[in-house]
Amino acid sequence: MSQHTRQLTGWWAIFLVVIVCSLVPVAWIVSLSLKTPASATDGSFIPHHWTLSNYSQIFSTGIFTDALRNSIGIGLISTALAVILACAAAYAVARLDFPGKRAFLAISLAVAMFPQISLVGPLYNLWRQIGLYDTWPGLIIPYMTFALPLSIWVLSSFFREIPWELEQAAQVDGATPFQAFTKVIAPLAIPGIVTTFILVFIICWNDFIFAISLTSTTNAETVPAAIAQFPGTSQFTQPIGDIAAAAVVVTVPVMVLVLLFQRRIVAGLTAGAVKG
Amino acid sequence: MAEIEFDDVTKRYADGFEAVKHLDLDVPDGELMILVGPSGCGKSTALRMVAGLEDISDGELKIGGQVVNERAPKDRDIAMVFQNYALYPHMTVRENMGFALKLAKTPQAEIDEKVSEAARILDLEQHLDRKPANLSGGQRQRVAMGRAIVRNPSVFLMDEPLSNLDAKLRVQMRTEISRIQQRLQTTTIYVTHDQTEAMTLGDRIAVMRAGVLQQVGPPSELYGHPTNLFVAGFIGSPSMNFLGGEITGENVHLPIGDVRIPDELRRRLESGPGGGRRGVIAGLRPEHFEDASLVADRSRGLTFNAKIDVLESMGSEFYAYFVVESDQVSSRELEELAQDAGAAELPTTAGGVQVTARLAAESRVRQGADAELWFDSNHLQLFDAESGRSLLASNGARSSVEVPAGTSAQSSN
Repeated sequence: MSQHTRQLTGWWAIFLVVIVCSLVPVAWIVSLSLKTPASATDGSFIPHHWTLSNYSQIFSTGIFTDALRNSIGIGLISTALAVILACAAAYAVARLDFPGKRAFLAISLAVAMFPQISLVGPLYNLWRQIGLYDTWPGLIIPYMTFALPLSIWVLSSFFREIPWELEQAAQVDGATPFQAFTKVIAPLAIPGIVTTFILVFIICWNDFIFAISLTSTTNAETVPAAIAQFPGTSQFTQPIGDIAAAAVVVTVPVMVLVLLFQRRIVAGLTAGAVKG
Repeated sequence: MAEIEFDDVTKRYADGFEAVKHLDLDVPDGELMILVGPSGCGKSTALRMVAGLEDISDGELKIGGQVVNERAPKDRDIAMVFQNYALYPHMTVRENMGFALKLAKTPQAEIDEKVSEAARILDLEQHLDRKPANLSGGQRQRVAMGRAIVRNPSVFLMDEPLSNLDAKLRVQMRTEISRIQQRLQTTTIYVTHDQTEAMTLGDRIAVMRAGVLQQVGPPSELYGHPTNLFVAGFIGSPSMNFLGGEITGENVHLPIGDVRIPDELRRRLESGPGGGRRGVIAGLRPEHFEDASLVADRSRGLTFNAKIDVLESMGSEFYAYFVVESDQVSSRELEELAQDAGAAELPTTAGGVQVTARLAAESRVRQGADAELWFDSNHLQLFDAESGRSLLASNGARSSVEVPAGTSAQSSN
């Protein structure tokens, strides 16, 4: 065996370990979701009795479908707002030299570092006072706030890569600053905008802390919060199958999304690191 | 079509640095004006003020008789070609060229017509549906030109449009630009740091240095009658040689011999301070040297001997380098030129000044050997050693130095 093949085999061994470690839990959840409630705890990896009843079960109750609707709605709105606001902010950061620019960036980074759990208590009280508790805006506002810093950082590194001259050329060509942005800069920043959109959407989609604390009914409860509150079919059975099925339903779309755009996402996170 | 007027225009940055100082310059309708100077001289800033991409701190800028200081770039009816072309990467060549017209809400049929007309002029017809990334440097440059000409603007602004091309393509595009400008007769300001481009392309050239306009005129005038050392050293390739000298009475004493100065100049100097004696810097262009054996009538100039250190053959001519014993001429303007050329770090020639001479291909001088050279002193330039101003061009009277028969001296080296 040559040095090269041995090296290759070594790498593949490491890949395999990583793949097994990261995929086994997912496979286990899928397996659980396909087991009958009685065999859920039998410990075998491959289900003995295949069933889709868990899936039909969760879609037949309002808890999960309402939560899915809430998750999609709240996630999309928060993400859209965050990306639009972040576009404007990132563009200013990339193009203008305004006083306090560094402070602005530092503060936005600090917001991202802020422990979210410490805000849950105050927000709970505040939301109850002003009537935002258990509503869509009650979740959209904190999601947007915590998504903005990441969006601004990712987007500004994208905008910075677009040469100044393009915008000046557009201005000389007769574009207003707004037209220059929408017709020249934004189309070029599309990969960055898509990347940011996906990253932010995943953050909102996965959030548990705010979802469990700031909601109480199907009015605004998102999937992660709803799953935690699944009732069993009887008080003596655990809703393991239902939870697994719900987890698969909400995980798969995200995985597909990431697989589709992974190249872009990596490019987005490392934009500016090396000259392209 | 429009005239551009700079009226006492100054560009001052927030930190107080003045990039352009009190610029007065008229570019008549249809003229191709070249702004030339070393990097950092303010030429690009001046251009960008015309484009509206830089604010004007002081003074007035008029395009077509109207003050445009406060107008946005889009309201100035200008088109600009950028140094790196600034083509929109997400648009095809066709869309790039039609972008301005589309913004102006021109009907699509008219856009198509104008774009294909421009593509025909620039030989881009087969590339109209390609993206800029798939084009060669020369093609991109032509697209940038095309984007400017489809709009039929009243002013073209070009910011070193050829500097990203290789040497051969640059020459080709230079003639192309000249042809297009003559055909369209659009007022054009063209910025370059390349004096060859300036000399070959411009109707008139404006030389700038450190934000200050040095001289404006047709290429031949800048070449033949530079007003100061800076212009003299900047225009011409290879550049002018400078030797220290002294005017005594009716002659100027140079390390390679004495030359008689014009009466008019002598009278002017005598009436001034110093009574006719003063230090000068003499400017000698390489092309006004010749192998003395090839000159039929040597009485018009100086004949002298020099040891040729290096001889370079260009095929059509020789460049001969030799050292003349002379004090190192120093002047702020010349130092700046040397710095721009990157020569500041080079060691100065010990005990003298290196002189470049262009000799005819028939010359039989050899490297390392003594040669008898001749300088046509009709073309001698004289500058005041202190101010750097030309002594010949002052008072508007342009006189050239003449050498009466018999005064040509031999100089041993």
